[in-house]
Amino acid sequence: MIKTVEELTQAAVQAITDLNRYDCRILVCSGTGCIATGSNKIHEIFEQIVRDEPGVNLVFAPCGGHDEDKTVGVKKTGCQGFCELGPLVRIQKGDKVIQYVKVQPEDCEEIFKLSVQGDEVIERLLYHKGEEVFVQPDEIPFIAKQTRIVLENCGKFDAESLDEYLAAGGFKALRKAMFEMTRDDVINEVDASGLRGRGGGGFPCGRKWKQVARQKELERFVVCNGDEGDPGAFMDGSVMEGDPFKLIEGMMIAGYACRAEHGYIYVRAEYPMSVARLRNAIAQLEEAGLLGDNILGTDFNFHLHINRGAGAFVCGEGSALTASIEGNRGMPRTKPPRTVEKGLWEKPTVLNNVETYANVPKIILQGAEWFRSIGTAGSPGCKTFSLTGAIENTGLIEVPMGSTLREIIFDIGGGLKNGAQFKAVQIGGPSGGCLTEKHLDEPLDFDSVKKFDAIVGSGGMVVMGQDTCMVEVARFFMSFTQRESCGKCTPCREGTKRMLEILERIVNGQGELEDLDKLEELATMVKTMALCGLGKSAPLPVISTLKTFRDEYVEHIVDKKCRAKQCTALRKYVIDPNKCIGCSKCAKNCPVNAISGKVKQPFTIDPNVCIKCNACRENCAFGAVYVEA
Amino acid sequence: MLDQSYYQKTDEIIERYGRKAAALIPIMQDIQAEYRYLPAELLTYVAKEIGITETKAYSVATFYENFSFEAKGKYVIKVCDGTACHVRHSTPVLEALWKELGLSKKKHTTDDMMFTVETVSCLGACGLAPTMMVNEQVYPSMTPEKALALIEQLRGNG
Repeated sequence: MIKTVEELTQAAVQAITDLNRYDCRILVCSGTGCIATGSNKIHEIFEQIVRDEPGVNLVFAPCGGHDEDKTVGVKKTGCQGFCELGPLVRIQKGDKVIQYVKVQPEDCEEIFKLSVQGDEVIERLLYHKGEEVFVQPDEIPFIAKQTRIVLENCGKFDAESLDEYLAAGGFKALRKAMFEMTRDDVINEVDASGLRGRGGGGFPCGRKWKQVARQKELERFVVCNGDEGDPGAFMDGSVMEGDPFKLIEGMMIAGYACRAEHGYIYVRAEYPMSVARLRNAIAQLEEAGLLGDNILGTDFNFHLHINRGAGAFVCGEGSALTASIEGNRGMPRTKPPRTVEKGLWEKPTVLNNVETYANVPKIILQGAEWFRSIGTAGSPGCKTFSLTGAIENTGLIEVPMGSTLREIIFDIGGGLKNGAQFKAVQIGGPSGGCLTEKHLDEPLDFDSVKKFDAIVGSGGMVVMGQDTCMVEVARFFMSFTQRESCGKCTPCREGTKRMLEILERIVNGQGELEDLDKLEELATMVKTMALCGLGKSAPLPVISTLKTFRDEYVEHIVDKKCRAKQCTALRKYVIDPNKCIGCSKCAKNCPVNAISGKVKQPFTIDPNVCIKCNACRENCAFGAVYVEA
Repeated sequence: MLDQSYYQKTDEIIERYGRKAAALIPIMQDIQAEYRYLPAELLTYVAKEIGITETKAYSVATFYENFSFEAKGKYVIKVCDGTACHVRHSTPVLEALWKELGLSKKKHTTDDMMFTVETVSCLGACGLAPTMMVNEQVYPSMTPEKALALIEQLRGNG
């Protein structure tokens, strides 16, 4: 039990001593991505190998001295970032760390013999970039060019161990807040840091806390929004599963500062791993006495609860989220009153996003000045992004606010996959917009991105090459927001539906030029009149693509052409007479008899009959069927 | 009429969260986790037990996509159609599964109650797109061929 400041200090000292006792730690990435590529199996095999090896002491939670033995720990860490190269494994001996990528079960024995017991490096399992080979993870450009605050511990410490979190400096911030600062000091420090809500809105966090702290009502709540619903975003999930203790410490500091005794974490249904890691963390903290009543011997009580989402995107909106925790339909309500005045159960509520809370401990520990030294004047600190789509290095990254797209996509992301040409990056998910070539050197922060009709949002970045159709992307997002509209307000319920119908017509080659005016009119209407933030931002993907890629819309409508060859209805299938040997297979496969010709002579496709089913192209042994641009 | 055991199990679940209105969603989630769907009789029962009206319980259950009044298959396959998976061609994976299992946009579960195929907007493993999830396990970098091979394997498991 850790019931006093002294005991907390002792526990931290002990944890560091224990950590230093390891001769070697095998750090297996256990983020959702690596687990999908089989990292649990790798973890299991390493455990088995270490357990069976005589003279080697397998340690999960180190205890007692086995000084004559070699002490090896097999650990599950949070996301190491390089999702596409998983399963990722790090071999750590003191300051020396080897990063292995794409580790397969049959490699484990060799890694153990050569790199754990010996000091050799297995080159084939290292990260290669062209001719270059990298041993230490911090040297890999993908990692070296990041600044990690929130993700600091991910990949370095066991995400399931309170002791490792303590060894990493965990709960020092809470201790400082509770014993060296008044509640107002804490709030003022967060306010002075300029930390803005990382969920997308960018509302100043300290101002929110101040507003809650000055409410007359004394029963208050701290709520964490972990309902990361934007398709293509997995930053918050990675923090919840990779460093759950840090998130909890941030929430506890908020609870202390705003005098709340209960906290709620609302986690999206599709993140079972986040729920499991948070539950584990809460159980360990309750057992240690760091969560519950009279924390560290003071009158501060804090209890933490987990609510699982049930598959409604709109619950990422504050008032819908609190309604869902209360057991209601997750529908937003009119504001004011705002959540800070009447949030959960009509009580003053601090509602922040996962990443926002995870920034708090370090701000308290290192001060507002330090935080302000990173990022831009209007948006201090770092931001996590999930880098996905047609990019070489997909994964989880954290960079200072104000970094440019070029730095993110080309320096860290390694450019487009297979050297394809960059077309656009979709940022901010279904509430965001597209940035293009001309925005590559603009510094990204909450305010700058808004000028380009996009938002930083929660941090999903989907990179698109020339083979992505922007009209189809707009249709895709509109179908998402339309499906997820809660139906409460008319502009969003009806507006998104009508917009989707128009977009569907266009990608089906049935659009008319006046549809574009209608789209713009509807977009403006929904943007100004919808009830909640999600509704208001639902038309953004359309507004932004219409502005930047209007010529593609026009091509779909006037020329009935999709330059990316993605819109099925606009494809024109053609047989190359030089490749066709006249085997007649395509004509036999065609379900609508659109293909005709004489055997041993080139066949032809009647475009008026063709239903673009792709059966001819798929089955042609000579690659004679192609789609005309 | 449901077997008495269903009500016993439901009582157990209700005890976990307490007899209060706010417990409705977690209770329904646990019932669904147990039976792979939400039997209407149990919803009525839960409403009475936690002191809310049946209409209220029904309105909440129908609001959230995760709740299903229809029984689902033994293997619930969620094909991710989030942005990252979409641009890396998740649609052919979905179509291949539909074709193989005789399912469609309208029909989600096979008659033998083995497979349910749904789409989901993001599984949070975008780095490995396109992905899909079978029950709680995520499968990375899917192709139509890999999806069909997985179906074969699951069929083998019975």
